[in-house]
Amino acid sequence: MSEALALPTRKDEAFRYSDLAALETLWPVPRRDIHVAAGEQGASTVVIDGANDAAQDIVITLEDGAEYDLRLLNAGSAYGRIAVRVRLGKGAKFHLGAAQIAGGQQTAEIVTEVVHAEPDAISSQVVRSVLGGKATGTYLGRVVVARGAIGTDGEQSIRAMLLDRTATANARPELEIFADDVKCAHGCAVGELDAQGLFYLQSRGLPPAEAKKLMLQAFIAEAFVGAADEEALTRAALQALEALL
Amino acid sequence: MLKIENLQATVADKPILKGLSLTINAGEVHAIMGPNGAGKSTLGYTLGGRPGYEVTGGSATLDGADLLAMEPHERAAAGLFLGFQYPVEIPGVSFVQFLREAANAQRKSRGQAPLSGGEFLRLAKEKAALLRMDMEMLKRPVNVGFSGGEKKRAEMVQMGILDPKIAILDETDSGLDIDALRICGEGINAIMRKSDKAVLLITHYQRLLDYVKPDFVHVLAGGRIVKSGGPELALELEEHGYEAVAA
Repeated sequence: MSEALALPTRKDEAFRYSDLAALETLWPVPRRDIHVAAGEQGASTVVIDGANDAAQDIVITLEDGAEYDLRLLNAGSAYGRIAVRVRLGKGAKFHLGAAQIAGGQQTAEIVTEVVHAEPDAISSQVVRSVLGGKATGTYLGRVVVARGAIGTDGEQSIRAMLLDRTATANARPELEIFADDVKCAHGCAVGELDAQGLFYLQSRGLPPAEAKKLMLQAFIAEAFVGAADEEALTRAALQALEALL
Repeated sequence: MLKIENLQATVADKPILKGLSLTINAGEVHAIMGPNGAGKSTLGYTLGGRPGYEVTGGSATLDGADLLAMEPHERAAAGLFLGFQYPVEIPGVSFVQFLREAANAQRKSRGQAPLSGGEFLRLAKEKAALLRMDMEMLKRPVNVGFSGGEKKRAEMVQMGILDPKIAILDETDSGLDIDALRICGEGINAIMRKSDKAVLLITHYQRLLDYVKPDFVHVLAGGRIVKSGGPELALELEEHGYEAVAA
């Protein structure tokens, strides 16, 4: 998340699990600024699915009552990093739906900092990671509730699925709350595909890869549900999943 | 059709099936009854190929093909259907999507053309109606939020759609109220009581057999079949208990 021009080190929490060698070739990371005026709405989708490494910093400022819907698909690059910093004004709303799909030696990471600067803002973040091979998938999500930002409602749902025991998932939800009367919830889980469910699907005739794909499709669906381009995102995610299985 | 010879299987290194032999011909309905822990569910899972159920001896063939050498999905394509005692909930995956993919995967491996969306929905509707199930329920995620009875009826709808040669139904009657029991029983008869199909019912109780009349009844105890007979054997078990009859 640092905007400093010096390359970060592992001591920098936001880069603790990064592929620093890959990051160096991308440094400084291009920054995109999004500004949504009071009462306005916006949405965008970022997909990293090329063969090349990619990193992006996205900085979103939501004025009072503004709303933003951000969807991320981080899949298919040797190194893919998306960092998002959001500042919510009074009564603003922010939703993040993100999926990371990585296999082989890939490193995928999403780092967010959501700042509830004023009262009554709502943020929700859904992040789903599917990791195979020796891939590393990281989600670092910080929610900051500023002094006086009463009536804040912040929610994080973080889940990672490991297809192989050799893959690594890092998930770190972080709350910094300086106000009373706020609602902040987070759920975080790392698991494997349900073996009983897999056998059930296979017993009906689905080959193992198809059965896994169906379950993983369902797993990441929550990240894209309700997106304007839900179908295209799902298609792109399925392609990435197929490459993993 | 299904020929099981001296089948031995272990679960977590513990021997459960200890030399089970059973032959089921086309057109027959067999019932296996037995006390808890006799190995009834293990028999179903072993024939279905569930991971963790290790065959340590014997054989099982379906129309001459070695069932035990096949992957679970290949067994399904070969014509085996396993009705689960506890159908698994799979959030986010709808019945119709899953069943269409499963049916078409089976058809593909048999060299048949896939069912179109319309063809599949017509088939699903027909089988759902047979089990008095609302099609809307099949648009929901697999078994999620279904009552015990609805899960079992959904199993029978799946059986109807997948149209197997042989169905092994593990305690399909458990968790059913009287009406659902009758509906499931009639469904089994409508789908499977045919000269080219066969059924193996695994059950504790006589009550399902009132609807699906078996040609043969077997008592499973200690991992092997200890007694076989006609439908009267089930009544005898109901009256006197396993210990008295199988002793």
